[in-house]
Amino acid sequence: MIALENVTKRYGATTVVDDVSLTFGGEGIAALIGPNGAGKSTLFSLVGRLLKPDDGRVVVDGVDVATASSRELATALAVLRQDNHVAARLTVHDLVEFGRFPHSRGRLTVTDRDHIERAIDYLELDAYRGRFLDELSGGQRQRAFIAMVLAQDTRYVLLDEPLNNLDLRHMTEIMRLLRRMADELDKRIVVVLHDINFAATYADRIVAMRAGRVVADAAAGEVMDPDVLEAVYDTPVDVRDIDGRPVALYYS
Amino acid sequence: MSTAVAAIASAPAQRRPRRTWVGALIGVLLVLLTVLSVFVGVSDVSPAALLDGGRGSTAAFLLVASRAPRTIAVVLVGASLGIAGLIMQMLVRNKFVEPGTTGVTEFATFGMLLTMVLWPGMAVMGKMGVAAAFGLLGTWVFLRVIRAIPVRQLVLVPIVGIMLGGVVGSVTTFFAYRLDLLQSLGQWAQGSFSTVMQGRYELVWIAAAMVVVAWFAADRFSVVGLGEEFAVNLGLDYRRVVGIGMVIIAVITAAVLVTAGMIPFLGLVVPNVVSLIIGDNVRRAIPWVAGLSAVFVLACDILARVIRFPYEIPLSVIVGIIGAALFLWLLLRRRSHAH
Repeated sequence: MIALENVTKRYGATTVVDDVSLTFGGEGIAALIGPNGAGKSTLFSLVGRLLKPDDGRVVVDGVDVATASSRELATALAVLRQDNHVAARLTVHDLVEFGRFPHSRGRLTVTDRDHIERAIDYLELDAYRGRFLDELSGGQRQRAFIAMVLAQDTRYVLLDEPLNNLDLRHMTEIMRLLRRMADELDKRIVVVLHDINFAATYADRIVAMRAGRVVADAAAGEVMDPDVLEAVYDTPVDVRDIDGRPVALYYS
Repeated sequence: MSTAVAAIASAPAQRRPRRTWVGALIGVLLVLLTVLSVFVGVSDVSPAALLDGGRGSTAAFLLVASRAPRTIAVVLVGASLGIAGLIMQMLVRNKFVEPGTTGVTEFATFGMLLTMVLWPGMAVMGKMGVAAAFGLLGTWVFLRVIRAIPVRQLVLVPIVGIMLGGVVGSVTTFFAYRLDLLQSLGQWAQGSFSTVMQGRYELVWIAAAMVVVAWFAADRFSVVGLGEEFAVNLGLDYRRVVGIGMVIIAVITAAVLVTAGMIPFLGLVVPNVVSLIIGDNVRRAIPWVAGLSAVFVLACDILARVIRFPYEIPLSVIVGIIGAALFLWLLLRRRSHAH
């Protein structure tokens, strides 16, 4: 379990994450939604030990992130940030191999190679393994990063806006893949999403943040409510039932 | 559809033979130029002369005292400068940095000047130590300054570095001018191997040792090159790896400065060329960068010796001309690729 206990983070006078208590890891996919600047990315940074909370603590499987060994944490928790701007020319295979770093420390064993091959197969990247990342399309690159996280072999996977800059087809592809990872590989995934319809379709639970606070935290169906969504995004959102599924309309 | 798939599948396979071929070429050139470097010079040191004269001959003496040390120095300085550039590019995540474009060389030079003023008789090892300490300070200052610049500002980072170097360099020049040490300063600024002799080049082995350290930590540098967030996610002690990289860069810069002087563009151009051929996986890139840098400096040093034979022109002039041209090409190529 990932537990945030009264976590607060401030940048100067602004409080970005305000006394948040949350638990992740009970369900396959939890979607984190909210307007820009709600504190979603900061929350990920706090869990991923990139930032230290000013107050409160983050606990992963009973261990305080602040005192845990970074390497051990890296075998339990993987965090993929939204800024995947990678200047280095690495091949897909190289990248996936680095996912084994917490386990191998650079010396690959048979088990490591096995994990690498399985991750590449799972993401259907075999044909691209020798390609450099800057030679891939956005969707392929995102899959390569997810393959790396998969090779890392952690129970918890945190993805910050993995659908950024992807077209419809690739967005759906990535979300289906996350669903499969949760169902088949028993991963516990927390994902930041901007498209709330993707959250409603694929997530088991939706956590909505606004101005550093959690304003809604429930099963996907319950959060898909006009009043709740309007309160989160400060803009009118209509929710219609289409073929038994709630669909949010916010285009006009 | 099927042809498209076939093209995708064969793309990596097509690249491989070319890489092996280029790698083999670098290896052959390295051996050839090393041999050539031993036998090029004013005095007659040829295989025939060596065989005729035996151990006590002038040729044998020159080989041991001058030609062999010079060749070893050229190879090791070249290789280690290339690696310093490569490591710096991984730490900064910018392809246009090297000790010479980030103020590190200028800081180290300031350190050298300081030893000349405050402790003129200091052993060369001590001078190198002081230069390395200042180089380390320079690396730290540069890394602090560029933290304010977004990673994507590819060209701004080296511009800031060059400005930083300019400021430190002018302070150094001012004191050298006031203390009548401009001539010594000019000597360091012009990289050359003409004064390398037995007993005056051994510090380059320390630079070579740094290459070995870099090789051992190669995977860590690759991961750091992916950014702090990636490195922390993979359980790496980011600060420590950056620290190790800074020491490698500073020590190599100082050792090269003390032995040969400034050699511009090398650490910048060679890793870029290698990156185009085999990519940035540091473990794979290190032998390529080291080999190609050594070949490059060997070729330039031989040119420096034969262009105005029997006189020598400074190596840094030749490296500067070829290196600057290559740098411009890389810069314009990048632009057209919209990176």
